[in-house]
This record gives sequence, C-alpha cells and structure tokens, in this order.
Amino acid sequence: MERWIDVCVVDDIPVRGSRRTRFNGVEIALFRTSEDAVYAIENRCAHKGGPLSEGIVHDCAVTCPLHSWVFDLATGKARGADEGQIQTYPVEVRDGRAVHVRFPAR
Amino acid sequence: MPKQKLVIIGAGMAAGRLLEHLFETAPDAFDVTLFNAEPRGTYNRIMLSPVLSGEKSYEEIVTHDDDWYTEHGVTCRFGERVVAIDREKKIVSGENGDVPYDRLVIATGSNPFIIPLPGHDLPGVLAYRDADDTDRMIEACKPGAKAVVIGGGLLGLEAAAGLRLRGMDVTVLHLMPTLMERQLDPSAGYLLEKELSGRGITIRTGANSKEIYGKDRVEGIRLDDGTDLPASLIVMAVGIRPNVAVAKNAGLDVGRGILVDARMQTSDPSIYSLGECVEFEGNCYGLVAPLYEQAKVCAAALAGSADQAFVHTETATKLKVTGVDLYSAGDFTDGDDRDEIVFRDPARRIYKRLVLKQNRLIGAVLYGETSDGAWFFDKIRKAEEILPEARATLIFGQSFAGGAPLDPMAAVAALPDEAEICGCNGVSKGQIIGAIDKNGLCDLDGVRACTKASSSCGTCTGLVESLLAFRLGDAFAAPAKKTVCGCTDLGHDDVRRLIVSQQLKSIPAVMQELGWKTSCGCAKCRPALNYYLIASWPNEYVDDGQSRFINERVHANIQKNGTYSVVPRAWGGMTTAAELRAVADVVDKFNIPAVKYTGGQRIDMLGVRKEDLPAVWADLNAAGMVSGHAYGKSLRTVKTCVGSDWCRFGTQDSTGLGIKLEKMMWGSWTPHKVKLAVSGCPRNCAEATCKDIGVVCVDSGYEIHFAGAAGMEVRGTDLLTKVTTEADALEMCAALLQLYREQGFYLERIYKWSARVGIEKIQAQIVDDAENRAALYARFLDSQRNAQTDPWAERASGQKDAHEFSELVLAE
Ligand code: SRM
Ligand SMILES: Cc1cc2nc3c(=O)[nH]c(=O)nc-3n(C[C@H](O)[C@H](O)[C@H](O)COP(=O)(O)OP(=O)(O)OC[C@H]3O[C@@H](n4cnc5c(N)ncnc54)[C@H](O)[C@@H]3O)c2cc1C
Ligand code: SF4
Ligand code: FES
Repeated sequence: MERWIDVCVVDDIPVRGSRRTRFNGVEIALFRTSEDAVYAIENRCAHKGGPLSEGIVHDCAVTCPLHSWVFDLATGKARGADEGQIQTYPVEVRDGRAVHVRFPAR
Repeated sequence: MPKQKLVIIGAGMAAGRLLEHLFETAPDAFDVTLFNAEPRGTYNRIMLSPVLSGEKSYEEIVTHDDDWYTEHGVTCRFGERVVAIDREKKIVSGENGDVPYDRLVIATGSNPFIIPLPGHDLPGVLAYRDADDTDRMIEACKPGAKAVVIGGGLLGLEAAAGLRLRGMDVTVLHLMPTLMERQLDPSAGYLLEKELSGRGITIRTGANSKEIYGKDRVEGIRLDDGTDLPASLIVMAVGIRPNVAVAKNAGLDVGRGILVDARMQTSDPSIYSLGECVEFEGNCYGLVAPLYEQAKVCAAALAGSADQAFVHTETATKLKVTGVDLYSAGDFTDGDDRDEIVFRDPARRIYKRLVLKQNRLIGAVLYGETSDGAWFFDKIRKAEEILPEARATLIFGQSFAGGAPLDPMAAVAALPDEAEICGCNGVSKGQIIGAIDKNGLCDLDGVRACTKASSSCGTCTGLVESLLAFRLGDAFAAPAKKTVCGCTDLGHDDVRRLIVSQQLKSIPAVMQELGWKTSCGCAKCRPALNYYLIASWPNEYVDDGQSRFINERVHANIQKNGTYSVVPRAWGGMTTAAELRAVADVVDKFNIPAVKYTGGQRIDMLGVRKEDLPAVWADLNAAGMVSGHAYGKSLRTVKTCVGSDWCRFGTQDSTGLGIKLEKMMWGSWTPHKVKLAVSGCPRNCAEATCKDIGVVCVDSGYEIHFAGAAGMEVRGTDLLTKVTTEADALEMCAALLQLYREQGFYLERIYKWSARVGIEKIQAQIVDDAENRAALYARFLDSQRNAQTDPWAERASGQKDAHEFSELVLAE
C-alpha cells in the first residue's frame, strides 16, 4: 500500500534549497521554493544521473549541477529543448509546517 | 412546535454571523444560549489593529451589543468558559453551571501559538488575539520605550505598525528571509520591508529567538546569534492553532481542527462546528471570508435545509496598515503548468504578479497599487478563462480590460500625451514624441541625450523603444543587446552600474528596482547578481548561498558521480612533511579513492563523500590547511618557481612573492576564476605569461603581466607595467584585481575583460594614475577584511550549513 511519511518540518529545508533523504534504497531530494512550496523528486538527473539536490532552485525548477538541464519540480519534466522525466512524489505540508511525502508500496 | 434548545460555544466572528443568518431564516426555531470565554459578545476582531494604532475605538468595532442580544432573546453567558460537553445527556457544562441542548454549535476559534522560549511567561510578553491583549499592549505603550514583535506575518506587522504609531521603538523579528512569506513573494516582501523600515520599524529577518529575560517582568530578548535586544514589551505573533480542546475531550473526531462535513456537521449529528476551530477536507482557515460562508451554510443546516454546502475556496489577504497597499490572493507558487505575468514600476514602487494555469488566473500578488485586487480575485474564484487577446493587458487591470485588446505598440499609441514614460526624469510621452520629430532622433541614445528619458534607471527603455518604433515605423531598428539572461532587458554593464548608483543591496532589491521580468530569477542571473552585490557592498551584503553554484555553496568540487574533490591551499605551491602526512592520514581515514597533483601545483583528493566533507576539513584544518578555493570564481592558485632561494638563475624571491600574493588575495570573489604565477627569471618556469596575472622577476625588478589564457583559448599575456620593489608589485597586482572585480562581467575572465575595455584604459587607471591605484588597493584590502574566513573551518565546526552534509532519516 502507498503511504504518507512525515519526513521533516518545512524549516529543515532551506528556502530555495534542498535536502536529501532515502526511501527503500532510492535517493530522494526535497526542494523548497521561495514561496515555501515543497516538492519531492528522485535525486537522479534524467541526463547522466546528476544529483539534482545540489542544483540551483529558481521558480519551481532546479538546474542540474552537472550539465545544467532544468527540471520542473512539480511534474519532473525537463524544460526547454531537453527531454526526460523524473519520478516525483506527492507532498503535503500539514499544520503549515510538517512535510509529508507519499511513497509507493515496497 | 416548542422551540429547540441551541447552545453556542464561542461568540466570535463566525458565531456572530451564524446568529444573524439564523434569526433571518428561522427566527422562532431556537432558544439560544451563547457562551463566550471573553467577557463580551461579538466584535470585529480584525479591526483590533486600527484600535491598537489609535485609529479606531473599541466601541466602533462592536458588531453585536447588549441590545441586539436582548432583542433576539439570546441568553448570554459571557466571561464563562465551557469546560465539558456530555454528549450522552446532551448537556454543556460552563464554569457557572450546566445547560441542556438539542443542538450544539462549537465556534471556539483558535489559540495563538506561544513559542515555549525560556521567559515566555514573564509579564509583558503578550499574544495578539483579543481585545484584552490589545488593551494590555496599549497600556504598555510608552513613547520611546522598546517593543519587540516576534513574527513578521500579517498579525505581527499590524501589531508593529500600531505600536510604532503609538511612539514605541519597534523591532520585528522574523525567522524567514522575507516578510509575510506565506502571502507574498520575495519581491513584494522586499518592498514591504523597505516601506516599514522607512517608518522607523527595525526589521530583522532570519532572526531566531533564543530566550526572553527579565526579573519580575520582561526586560529583553536574546537571539541565538548572541544579539541582545532590550524590550519592555514582547508580542508573539507566530501563528494560531485551532482551539479543539472542548471538542476533543467530548470525543468528537478531531484532526488539526474539528472535522466537519460540507454542512458543518461534526461526527456527532447533533453537534455542528464552524470558524477557525474546524478542519474541512484537510483545510483550516485563518481569515474571515470562508468563515462567513460557513456561517451561512451552518444556519441553513440548523434550520433544516439541506441544499447548501460549503466548498473550499481560495482566500485573499490585505495588510491593514494605513498607507501600505498590499494584496495577495490564491495560489502564486510557480509550476511548469503555470506562467506568470510580472509588472514592476520601480519609480512608483509598484509590483504586480499574476499566476496563470491553463489560461486561468489562479493567483495574484499586488504591491503599491491594489485597486484591481478584487477584480483579479473574482477571476480566480470563478476560474474564468483568460482569452489570448486579453492576456497582454490583463495585468493593467479592469480599466484597461474593457477596451480593445492591445499589443505593446498599440498600448503606447493609446497612451495620452501627458502619460509619464520615464519616472526618474519625469518625461512624458508627448515630450519624447516631440523630441523625435523636432530633432530627427532615430535611436535610443538620441532620446536619452535630448530628453534624459531612460538615462537613469533604464527600466523604461522598452517603452521608449516602443515609442520610437511607433513614430518611425520600420526606420527604427531596435538595437540588439546582450542581456544578462531572459529575466531582464538590461545588460551586465547596466546592472553593475545601477546596483551602485541606486544603492541596491539585496537580490530582491535589484529585481524590483531594475524591473526583473521573473519573480525570483534563474540559475544564470542569480549567481551574477550575488557576485555584483558582494563586490559592490563588501561590508554589508549578506551572501546568498542559494544563489551560488553547488561548488561554491559547499566549498568543494562536485564530480560526475556526486562525490566531491578537496583541494587544500598550498601557499605558492609550497608544502611541508607535516602537511603531506596529514593529507596521507585523511586519505586513509576516509578511504578517499584518488589523490592527484593538479596542473596548478596543488594536491587534489578526489571522490570524497559529501557527508564526510566536514570531518575531512576538520582534519586538514588541524594540520593548518585551509580551503584552496579550487571550486570558486575566486582566487585559485598562485604558481611559483623556486626562484632566488635555490635556483642558480633566480633574480628575486619568486616563491616568497607568490606566497605574499596568495596570502593577500585568497578568499576574494571575482567575476571568474583568477590564476596567478610568479617566475624568478625570464625562463619563466612558473608559466607566468599565460596566467590571468603573471609576474616575471628580472634583475631590475618585476614585470607585471596580465590577460593571459591557457584553456579554451591560448593567449600570451600583455605587459601591464614594470615596477622596482616587491611592495609596488603587490600594490599593482591588487589594484589590477580590484579593477577587474569592479568592472568585469560575471563569467568574464581577465583576458576578455581587457579585450572589452582596452589595455590602454586599464593602464591609464592603474599605472598612470597613482592616486586611483592607491584607492583601488585600499578598496581591495577593505573588502578582504570580511572575505578571509576559511569556509572549511566554519563548516567543519558544524556552525554553518549543517543541513548540506546530512541526509534526512525517515522514521519508518
Ligand atoms: C584539477 C585540475 C586538473 C588537474 O588535475 O591538474 C583542473 C580541473 C578542473 N578544471 Fe581546469 N583544472 C586544473 C588546471 C587548469 C589549468 C592549468 C593551470 O591552472 O595552470 C587550466 C588552463 C589555465 C586557465 O585557467 O586558463 C585550466 C583550464 C580550465 C578551464 C578553461 C578556462 C578558460 O577560461 O578557458 C575550465 C572551464 C571553466 O573554468 O569554465 C576548467 C575547469 C575545471 C574544472 C573545475 C571542471 C569542472 O567544472 O568540474 C575541473 C575541476 C576538477 C575538480 O573537481 O577538482 N579548467 N585548468 C587543475 C587544477 C589546478 C589547481 O590546482 O587549481
Ligand atoms: C489582530 C487580528 C487581525 C486580523 N485581521 C484579519 C483580516 O484582516 N482579515 C481576515 O480575514 N481575518 C483577520 N483576522 C482573523 C479573524 O479575526 C479570524 O479569522 C476570526 O475572528 C475567526 O473567527 P472565529 O469565530 O472562528 O473565532 P474567534 O473570533 O476567535 O472567536 C472564538 C471565540 O470563542 C471563545 N471561546 C474559545 N473557547 C471557548 C470555550 N471553551 N468556552 C467559551 N468560549 C470560548 C473565544 O473567547 C473567542 O471569543 C485577524 C485576527 C486578529 C487577531
Ligand atoms: S626559470 Fe629562473 S627562476 Fe625559474 S627555475 Fe628556472 S632559473 Fe629558476
Ligand atoms: S546529469 Fe544532469 S544535466 Fe547532465
């Protein structure tokens, strides 16, 4: 069954920054935008596996640190001319602070 | 039919509205008993802010007075808290006795959240929720006395503005980097901060409170960075929690709030609930508009009609501080499926941002001019489709929308002659058109020279170009200009110049005052702006780590597999047995897979795990080694040869000079990386003549070379000048570096900068003008005072950016 896990509080993630976590062996990056929206996405660039958590966050996107592909955090899709999509995970911020992420069944 | 007994717990704004609807729809259905913990009936809580500021009296904000309750036969139990509900017997227990009910409504609102800091219970520490809090604040007001407000949200800022109007010296502490971050984006937050600061309110963002102190009452507050702020009044406005205690104890279903269905019914069919205490489909509310909807639905439900249902809708916020125009509504987060329309008028301090999704408006932030707020909000709520023709002018609001759709050209054509185009210089459309016609102007520079329009901040450049195009038709060819990125029409030169001339000191300030077209920039412009701000305001600007590329953010070089490489400084390429031993120990201890001598005379440890970085640095620090900045747009290496110390041809102490240069320049941020070398004689073993700055020692002194390259382009240096003493060589090199720091465009190496501005111009400023050289040198040394802290030591101690080096562990 899918389940929601209370991962952290919003303030654990820097504004326009990220944190990494791991579920079932998959590395996941949590991002927080300048408007405090939180997104969870697999921490593997669709290009050559770069760690997206290390990229620069701007509007609702992150620029991969290795070769500057840009991915939308909400959909996981590459922007612009590049093609590719990364697994995203639903996130809910409860009580205005607790970040819950929905993970798939094991 | 005998009247049913209706008991209501809480006489707040939701309950007040409920009663009004109920007496309208079913005037004779109920015998009402109304409990309220506050010793009064319903008043307009949201107007407490004008009461605090002295703009209104309490009497003016009462909505239901004694006469109203008498007239409607309501039994008032004010000043009495309900302590329990017995659902089986259907009895409510107040502090002064029980009341039976047929139907019960819980409208207990919410409680202000109090941060449990040491000292939070001292007298003089207040929340801001009800009329009593407001009275206590007014009592505590003494002109000139100090107040601290914790929380830079809606409530906190209204409290701060009110206290300030009463003459208090007010400081607002806000944890986040920008004010009201839940309702505003950083651009609007910046404008708000500027406005409030202008009113004498001190705003401290990123401020984390540690403890409140005082003997018998509050005397001040300390922050976790050690700052001590004396205060005789502290107001906590950091958020609210639904007040669910009574409901929870009675065994009703409660989540964050009391769970209700679309008819406001709780898990017990005889009990209803509404207001800030409820949770509906996962949402809790903190503004009155949705609560008024709930009141309507709840009244209908109580009166037995089932045809009304509450639906969740977006809310809009306005800050009630006289003179501050600010409006935000809906959802204004970014997304791939969304686009934004941004309008900025720096001269009038206006910022507007609309967010659209699938051609529908879903969010709006307005600052400085909010008259269209309600119009936008209406479109958001109705999810009205925005037709492509209407899109271009949507941001100009209602008055523009009725007319024919306009393209930018038609829009300038439609402007009246007296419309102001250039806010800085007060130039109207008529004046510009007049100047074009009279003087036969055909380009932007002509208009600038004749009218001064677009010559100051430059943000009206687009408008002036449209006017030229409108007047001249095809005869006007808009200049192709290289802009910083797609977020702005300005080039690097304009941005650098305006940051200084307009004293812009933060990224949101630059974006607002220079009319950025996006709300928070992109991966291209943010690192550039961060650098320009550091270079322009070395003693003031607070570095924005999130606007730096990962290498500079974590002070190591990212590798293709996500590990990092670590390059310690080796001053002038020298090392010692102790340092080598420490490197060897670190390599063993952390299982570092590769060690390499670099092309720049340093040792590189490759493949370090990110989590290990702080510990690796701690060990290197312990052996006296610091960051080599191998990752930065900053001073990299200073290569040297052995020089007069050992070499039979050496003319000067090239190693010593290299070390002095590196010790003087390390830690400085530059437009691009900077590499130096010092050779002891013209044989040039240190390859000084292909470096950004190269010194070649000769018998009679030092040749200073610059603008070499040996990467993507190979280019021998140009000779800048020759000096006779080591001290002169140091001054000359530092002045050159500082000139580059002040003039270079981001990502422009020294050789490209030199090609752009010209070698002669550079020589004129540094070699020929001794006074200017000395001033550049002084500015460089000044900026180095704050730059020379080892970034590794700060992080190895866990003081800075600890979140970078640890993963979040899931509690599964
Ligand atoms: C480690 C090193 C190679 C080595 O093993 O020897 C190296 C490694 C990298 N170089 Fe280099 N360069 C190294 C010496 C050089 C040299 C020779 C020198 O410094 O004397 C040059 C030519 C001189 C010059 O800079 O003009 C050189 C010209 C470049 C360039 C081209 C710059 C240009 O404007 O043409 C880049 C790309 C860039 O910076 O944009 C680059 C970029 C890089 C990067 C940062 C690529 C990257 O972004 O990941 C490499 C980082 C590896 C790492 O993680 O440590 N590296 N690179 C050398 C480190 C020197 C040091 O001790 O600091
Ligand atoms: C200073 C200030 C400014 C605001 N500005 C705005 C604004 O500009 N716009 C906006 O939309 N909203 C604003 N709000 C929020 C708005 O006031 C609330 O959303 C609204 O008042 C909530 O109504 P309510 O009836 O749910 O709760 P409340 O109005 O809080 O009423 C709850 C009542 O229940 C009583 N009570 C609680 N427990 C018990 C018990 N056990 N027994 C008996 N009585 C009990 C309380 O004493 C209280 O009087 C502001 C709030 C404040 C404090
Ligand atoms: S070039 Fe000159 S200083 Fe360098 S090693 Fe050779 S002799 Fe010595
Ligand atoms: S790995 Fe992300 S862009 Fe290449």
